[in-house]
Amino acid sequence: MSTTADNPTPPAPQARGGRDGLSLIAEGQMMVWLTGGGFVISLTMIVCLVGLIVWKGSTTFWPSPVTQLTLLDGRIFAGEVTRDETYPPRDAEIDALGPEHAPAARATLKEAAGESRRRLLRTGNFDVSGSHFNWVSQFQIKVETKPDWILVVERLSWGRFYGEPARMLIDGVAVAETPESVWNTFREHHNARRDAWRQQVHIERHAIGALNRQLEAARLESRRIEAMHGDGSPQHTAALAGAQSLAESLAPEYAAFQSQIDAIKAEDARFDLVLRTADGTEKSFRLSEIVRIYPANRLDRADKLGIYISRWREFLFDEPREANSEGGVFPAIFGTVTMTLLMSIAVVPFGIMAALYMREYARGGLVISAVRIAVNNLAGVPSIVFGVFGLGFFCYFVGGGIDNLFYKERLPSPTFGTGGIMWASLTLALLTLPVVIVATEEALAAVPRSMREGSYGCGASKWQTIWRIVLPRAMPGIMTGAILAMARGAGEVAPLMLVGAVKLAPELPIDGVSPFIHPERSFMHLGFHIYDLGFQSQNSEAAKPMVFTTTLLLILIIVTLNLAAIWLRARLSRRFRASQF
Amino acid sequence: MATTQLEAAKNVQPTKRSGRSYPVIEGIRRGETPAPVIHETVVSGDPVLSIENFCLYYSAAKALYDVTTQVPRGKVTAIIGPSGCGKSTLLRSVNRLNDLVEGVRITGDMRLNGTSVYGRDVDVIDLRKRLGMVFQKPNPFPMSIFENVVYALRIDGERRRKVLEEACERSLKGAALWDEVKDRLSQSALGLSGGQQQRLCIARAIAAEPEVLLLDEPCSALDPIATLRIEELIHEISDRYTVLIVTHNMQQATRVSDYTMFMYLGRLVEHGTTEDIFQNPRLSETEDYVTGRFG
Repeated sequence: MSTTADNPTPPAPQARGGRDGLSLIAEGQMMVWLTGGGFVISLTMIVCLVGLIVWKGSTTFWPSPVTQLTLLDGRIFAGEVTRDETYPPRDAEIDALGPEHAPAARATLKEAAGESRRRLLRTGNFDVSGSHFNWVSQFQIKVETKPDWILVVERLSWGRFYGEPARMLIDGVAVAETPESVWNTFREHHNARRDAWRQQVHIERHAIGALNRQLEAARLESRRIEAMHGDGSPQHTAALAGAQSLAESLAPEYAAFQSQIDAIKAEDARFDLVLRTADGTEKSFRLSEIVRIYPANRLDRADKLGIYISRWREFLFDEPREANSEGGVFPAIFGTVTMTLLMSIAVVPFGIMAALYMREYARGGLVISAVRIAVNNLAGVPSIVFGVFGLGFFCYFVGGGIDNLFYKERLPSPTFGTGGIMWASLTLALLTLPVVIVATEEALAAVPRSMREGSYGCGASKWQTIWRIVLPRAMPGIMTGAILAMARGAGEVAPLMLVGAVKLAPELPIDGVSPFIHPERSFMHLGFHIYDLGFQSQNSEAAKPMVFTTTLLLILIIVTLNLAAIWLRARLSRRFRASQF
Repeated sequence: MATTQLEAAKNVQPTKRSGRSYPVIEGIRRGETPAPVIHETVVSGDPVLSIENFCLYYSAAKALYDVTTQVPRGKVTAIIGPSGCGKSTLLRSVNRLNDLVEGVRITGDMRLNGTSVYGRDVDVIDLRKRLGMVFQKPNPFPMSIFENVVYALRIDGERRRKVLEEACERSLKGAALWDEVKDRLSQSALGLSGGQQQRLCIARAIAAEPEVLLLDEPCSALDPIATLRIEELIHEISDRYTVLIVTHNMQQATRVSDYTMFMYLGRLVEHGTTEDIFQNPRLSETEDYVTGRFG
C-alpha cells in the first residue's frame, strides 16, 4: 500500500487483543464445564435412584435357592440368603462357640483382619420357630448344604415355609412317602383345591355379601322410619316386621350357601401335605392354603422364569395378604389410577377457568397481582396442610353435612363424613391447582396477539375469541400443566393419609354393586402402600423388597399416565406444528 | 387553509438537509397542528367514512391530532407517511381495535355510512362485523383453511353447510386463492406459504361482505412476487369494496390506490387523488416525501 503526504494513512485499527488476553469467563470454556458438571451430577443422581429402584424392584420376585446351614451348636437353619456382608464380630460371640471351636474361629478371624462374613437367612416357618429371619456368621457354621428336595411354600398366613416333603395324606392315609411321590401327588390335587377355595371365597364375598346387603338395607330403612315417625310407631313396627320377615325368607338361601361352603371345606380337609423343617419338626398343610410351592434347588431357568412371571401376575392382579407384605397390590393400583383421574377431572377445568379469568378478563391490577403471588405461594404450602384442610373441610364439614341430610339413618357411622376417594381427589386437586393455573396462564400469554386481533377484527366477541382461538392454541401448554399436576398428585402421600387412603380397603371404589361408583369409600394407594410396607409392617425385612417393587410399579403407572397425556398433547399440537413462512 | 400554512412557512428557517423549507413539517415538529390540505376531489364525492376532529391518546401520549377528512366510496385510499406517524393507529381506530389497548382515549368521532363509530350506544362487535381487516403479518387461525374463511360466519352462528361452502368458495375466488387450495380445504391453514396465508386472510376479511376493507401494511412480511399478487388482488376487489390501505411503500401506493393520505407525526398533512399527491402535490413536503428526498 502506498501513502502520500497529503493523504496520511488512517490509524491502524485498535487491536482488541488476541485469545491470550481473554479472561476465562469471557472465553466461556469454564461455563461449559460448570453447566456440564451440574448436568452430569443431576443425571448421575437420577440414574442411580432409578437404577436402584429398577434393579431391586425387578429382582424381588426371582426365586433364589435355599441354603441349609448346620451350626456348631447343633441348630439347623434352612432358607434364602437375603443379605451377605462382613462385620467385625464381638469377642462374646466367639466365646459363645465354646472352648473347642473358639480358637479355630479366632485364627480365621485374625487372617481376615478381624472381619467375618455373615448372612441373613430368610428362614420363615414363623408358626414353628417364632422368627422370620436369622443372622448366621461364617464361624458358626459346621456344614453348608443345598438340600435337593427342600420346598418353598407361600401360604395364606404366617409367611413363607421352608421344608422337605415328608408324606401326603388322603383321608388320613399316607399315599406317598418319598419326596418325589409326595410332590407328584400334591401337584395332582393342588389346582383343584385352589379352585374350590376361590369358589368358596367368591360365595362368601359375593353371594352371602348380597344377602347381607339386603338385610342391611332393610335395617337402615327401619331406622329411617324410626327417625321419621318415632320409635314404636305403627310404621316403625311394620318396618321392623318387614325386616324380620326378610331375614326369615333369606334364611334358606343363607343355609344353602353355607352348606356349599361346608362341602368345600369338608373336601379340603381330606388332603394333608406334611412337610418336615430342617430341624425335624413336622407340619401339616391344607392344600387350599398353599398359594405357591416350588422345590427351590431343583429349578431350571425356565421354571424360575415361570415362577417369576406368576409372582408378577399375582402382584398386579391379586389382593394383598399377610398385612400387605405378600400377595398383590391390585386394589392399590386401582385406587391410585382412579384417584389420579378423578383429581385431573376436578383440577383441570377449575384451573383453566381461574387462569382464564385472571389472564383474559380481570384488569391487571394490584388485586390480581396479589392473587397471582398467592397462587404461586400455594404451591409451596406443605402437602400435609392440604390434608388437614381436606379432612376438616371436605370430610367433616361437607361430608358431615351430606350425611346429616341424606344418610341420617346410618349415623353415627359416617358415610361421606370420613375419608373417601372423592375427598382425597378434591384435596389433591386443591394441592395441584397452582400448577395448572400457572401453566395455563403461561400458555394463554403465549397466544400471539395477532391471532386475537384477527379474531376481533372478524367481529368475534371476547368469549368467541377465547373459545375458538385462544383456548385451542393454548391447549398443548395447558396439557403440560395437567401432566405436571397428575405426576404431582399421583406421587403424593401425606395428605392422603388423612383423607381416605387406608392400609387395607375391603372394597374397590368402583365395583359391580349398585350404584357401581362409590365416591365415599376409602381406598388403597400405592404411595401409602409403600409407606405402610416400609415403616408399618411387622415383618419389615420381608416387606423391604416389596417396597422397591411397589415403588417401581408406582413410577411405571405415573410414566404411563404421563405418556397418555403427552400423546394427547402431541395430537392437539399437531395442528400448530405446520406454522412456517 | 392554505394561507395559514403560507404564513407559518414565512417563520420557518430552511432545514439543513435538503436546503428546502418545510413550513408545515417544521410546525408539526414544534407541536403545532396545522389544518390538513384536503383536495376538493376528496370531499366532492360520496364518503363511506368521514373522520371528524379525531384525536387519540395512548395514556398520556397523543398519537393522532385532530384528523378530519373523508374516505370516498368504492375507491382504494392509501395512507402513507414515515414510521410512527399514526397510519396504523388511524386504521385501527376505524374498527375500534385500539379499544383493546389499555389506556386508549379518543375525542372526536368517525361516521361509517352515516352511523357513528364511537357513539355511546354503538355495539363494537356489530361495528367490526361491518368491517374487514387484514394485518401486517399473516395471522391465519390454527384451524383448517375452510374454517378460517368462514370464521366470521361461524361466529354469527351460521351452521348451514351449503351457505358456508358457498361463502368459502366465493371468498377464496375473490382472494384469488381458490385454485390453489380447493383440494385441501380441510387441511391446516398454517401449512400455506406466507403469500397464500395473507390472501387467505383477505378471503377471511371479505367473507362477511364488509362495508370497508382495512389493510394494515398487508405486504410488508411478503416477498416481491407475493406482494405483486396481493396488489393485483387489491386492484380486483376494489371494484366491489372500499379499501383503506396503510403502506410504507410509495410505489405500492401509486400502483394500487385511487386516493392517498399523507400523514406526519399524528397529523394528516395532505389528502388527494393519488395522481395529484404524487405528481402535483400542493405542499413541498409532500412532494419531497413521495419522491424520497425527505422522511
